[in-house]
Amino acid sequence: MTKPVLPDGFVVVVKRECATCVMTEPVLADISRSSKLTVYTQDDASFPESVPHLHDEDLAVSWHNDIETVPTLMRIENGVEVARTVGWSRDAWRELTGLGHLGEELPVMRPGCGSLSVDPDIVDKLRAQFTGSVLTARQVEMAAAEDEFESMFNRGWTDGLPVIPPTPERVLRMLTGTTRKPDEVIALAPPDLVPLTVEKVAINAVMAGCLPEYLPWVIAALEAVCNDKFNMHGVLATTMPVGPVIVCNGPGTKRIGMNSGINVFGQGNRANMTIGRAVQLTIRNVGGGRPGEVDRATHGNPGKLSFCFAEDEDGSPFGTLATERGIPGGVDAVTVFAGEGPRCAVDQLARTPDELVTSFAACLRTVMHPKSVMAFDVILVVSPDHSRLFAEAGWDRRRILDELHSRLQIDSNTILRGVDGMAEGLPDRFRDRTVPKFRPDGILLTHAGGGAGLFSSIIAGWANGDMGSQPVTVAVKS
Amino acid sequence: MEPVTAARLTILDPTSESRPARRELLARPESIDGMTIGLLDIRKPRGDVFLDRIEQLLTERGARVMRYAKPTFTKPAPADLRHEIASQCNLVIEALAD
Repeated sequence: MTKPVLPDGFVVVVKRECATCVMTEPVLADISRSSKLTVYTQDDASFPESVPHLHDEDLAVSWHNDIETVPTLMRIENGVEVARTVGWSRDAWRELTGLGHLGEELPVMRPGCGSLSVDPDIVDKLRAQFTGSVLTARQVEMAAAEDEFESMFNRGWTDGLPVIPPTPERVLRMLTGTTRKPDEVIALAPPDLVPLTVEKVAINAVMAGCLPEYLPWVIAALEAVCNDKFNMHGVLATTMPVGPVIVCNGPGTKRIGMNSGINVFGQGNRANMTIGRAVQLTIRNVGGGRPGEVDRATHGNPGKLSFCFAEDEDGSPFGTLATERGIPGGVDAVTVFAGEGPRCAVDQLARTPDELVTSFAACLRTVMHPKSVMAFDVILVVSPDHSRLFAEAGWDRRRILDELHSRLQIDSNTILRGVDGMAEGLPDRFRDRTVPKFRPDGILLTHAGGGAGLFSSIIAGWANGDMGSQPVTVAVKS
Repeated sequence: MEPVTAARLTILDPTSESRPARRELLARPESIDGMTIGLLDIRKPRGDVFLDRIEQLLTERGARVMRYAKPTFTKPAPADLRHEIASQCNLVIEALAD
């Protein structure tokens, strides 16, 4: 729908329900005696009785002119708005109209009321009515007797849990979370390499249960996984149990209410649960990556529904993961990692950082298999109770990682094939060497978890480097 | 009294809205004698052991064998490799092994 042209002269938008509007009725009559005045009323078609007026019944005038408060007074010249004031301010109204005597009997100022066109109960409907044409996705009409939730299961659009029906109203509201245009292509979605538009992301974000303010994070995570470096195609296709693990950094994590503390990987936080879910639903629905088809995981893991958390930056003695990976401090960012489910690394007795890293190294040694080396990266999530030991001893990120790596240099003869009765292991050509468990940048250190518990957490990865998946960090754009 | 009608819900399609073209498999050849057969190693460990034996068996039956390999098993075969195989071979066998 095209924007209605406002008539030249003065234009006022009012509603009966607003006491300030009712108060200004004599002023409107006053203006109309000397000037060309057009009054639009939003609710009661008979208001204001003493002044000729038009009924903005469908709120098109209010919507298209961004009326947020009533009364709003505007001056229009040659079809263009040149001045505006909202609520009642005697000085502002006098200045805008040039009528120096205006409203002598009224108070100096009185705030206005919310415009009907921004009423939370109807704003989504108006947005769909007036801006719905920006949506290009196929519209699916449900039959009157159809259960939309069951229908979406039957169409194969869900991850096994119910999804929120992506109505045009909800998708348009979701799109208010980003400044990007709905038709912008943000990536090629694997495995089918489909051009992925912001609109399709928004549809899947609605289904996942996201709020509009999460949308930039979902988009950033999708940008991070849909490329050759992260290799989402391989992460899907592998028989191993990995999926995208999303680590969120920056002040925005607090703004959108993400959890970095108690039960950080668990249930209960909307942002953590739905951002990762939206990424997976998008890969499923747009990219075509479905279990049993391209997704060949032997077991998978529950995190393939959503595995997304924020780092506890304030409590970290070793900085943030995003900063370590080149993002300036204070900038929102996501890091994606092809990871399996988290597991606990317990040490309740260590009282020195040396004891603690030695424990960590022993636990990390078992990633994938105690005799496996260099093939897999890992995220080590240090809890606040554990990180305190590092903080007190003044160990920074570099020191912690160096100490870990130095404890993870392995005599190859102890992990050759057949040693210790296990066929698994290195081929004999690796005999008489020292081999590292992890490649030099293969341990990603993060800080998260509740304030009590002398446990940290290990998230093991998948085939690393060019032959598999590499962690990718991208900034979140509004 | 107006008939009661439930409001119809409209939702937006979350998929790519495209369906892959379905292609019929080619008819199985009567004989492989004189044919060029490509063996694509996806680079899983010991795939070469498997393919060496297949090559031997195919050659005994009169086929000419061409060997190819993906750069890594974790990623799809590059377009150029797929084109090379398609333009050089009558048949292709893609091998998975571990």
